[in-house]
Amino acid sequence: MNVLHKISLRVLGLLFLLLAATMVKAGDDDFPPRPSPPRLVNDLAGMMNPREQSELEDKLVEFDRTTSTQIAVVTIKSLGSYDASDYAIKLFNKWGIGQAGKNNGVLIFASLGDHKMWITTGRGVEGALTDLQCGEIVRNEMRPAFKEGNYYQGFSRAADAVIAATKGEYTADKKEHKGMPIWGTILLIAIIYFILWLLSKRGGGGGGNYMSGRGWGGFGAGWMIGSMMNRGSGGWGGGSSGGWGGGGGFGGFGGGSSGGGGAGGSW
Amino acid sequence: MKGLYVVLGILLLLVLMGGCSYNGMNKMRGDVDEKWANVQSSYQRRSDLIPNLVATVKGVADFEKTTLTQVIEARASATKMTVNANDLTAEKLQQFQQSQGQLSQALGRLMVVAEQYPQLKANQNFTQLQDQLEGTENRIKVARDEYNAVVKTYNVKITSFPQVMYAGMFGFTKKPWFEADKGAEKAPAVQF
Repeated sequence: MNVLHKISLRVLGLLFLLLAATMVKAGDDDFPPRPSPPRLVNDLAGMMNPREQSELEDKLVEFDRTTSTQIAVVTIKSLGSYDASDYAIKLFNKWGIGQAGKNNGVLIFASLGDHKMWITTGRGVEGALTDLQCGEIVRNEMRPAFKEGNYYQGFSRAADAVIAATKGEYTADKKEHKGMPIWGTILLIAIIYFILWLLSKRGGGGGGNYMSGRGWGGFGAGWMIGSMMNRGSGGWGGGSSGGWGGGGGFGGFGGGSSGGGGAGGSW
Repeated sequence: MKGLYVVLGILLLLVLMGGCSYNGMNKMRGDVDEKWANVQSSYQRRSDLIPNLVATVKGVADFEKTTLTQVIEARASATKMTVNANDLTAEKLQQFQQSQGQLSQALGRLMVVAEQYPQLKANQNFTQLQDQLEGTENRIKVARDEYNAVVKTYNVKITSFPQVMYAGMFGFTKKPWFEADKGAEKAPAVQF
């Protein structure tokens, strides 16, 4: 009984391992999923300590908030069979770094195990941040710091250089255009009603008076409903593009794409 | 009389369906053309970089001449070959890919040889050209992938029902796509 029990346990364990292995293979897809909650700094290889990560995150979130340009920092442990450039470009497009219409994303990428780094640019920032500039940033800012093991310094300086290059290229859209507050709308409608009422009182004579007032009133109600519907649709539209993610933090990647621009190297 | 109406009704329906399919197919063909233009412009971008590269490499005394001339010749024959999106046939695309592939190989060899010249590696101009060339190769890769993706959906669209009934009539033909380059299955031997 005991032996049987042992064997069955082992078989079960083996089956479990097999299952886990196939699950990893099927679900992994070579690329990490989009971070949830969304973050700009995704140090999956653990190259920075938590304090450094959040300092970098704050800097990048602030830049995203003011310019809508999204600079993501991603580290992984190993590239597997990919080139650093290939991996970075595919990851960029999978996550959709940058805003959809502007394609103003930048990915600062490093693979710790391979000692390879890459800066990938979205189509919209290729002009402000050329391949040549990316190469210079990699060689002058990242490589020296990385060689000494100062990963945070390397990423932080690279981020500063990217910020300096792309600053002024884009500005954040105004947060959804604020509709008039509800009491304002009501007040406005009341005033218009009042004016129309006055007009109808003075203008029309006798029996026509009441009727014309109603006519205007119908128009006013229609206008009010129309404007409220407008408000509604505006709010929805803004909500989907604006940031509602991690409470005041980064709102999520906007669906930008990269055409393959950028440069990199090894350390 | 009733039969006539039915026939007319069916005809009208067919025309309407054809109109809808036409718009859909036409839009997709536009996408294919656009992606093809991207492919060509990214290859063009590479061609434009080569004269600079050649000039820089020539500046280094006793640089191996044969690899250099191979690059120059491959570039000359590759730039001669442009394919209009309208007459993009499988044969033409293959020729295009072949001539660009020869240039890729010649460039790869040049970069390997360049590794043996320390003065070249220390040359700032050369490292910058390397960055640009690498970025351009990546752009070519992305442009080709995107082209292949839209061609795939376009081809499926025009060969499925009911579009297949009209596609030929309106001149929508299947578009060719890029095959993986020979030797591309293996990890590239040339790391810039």
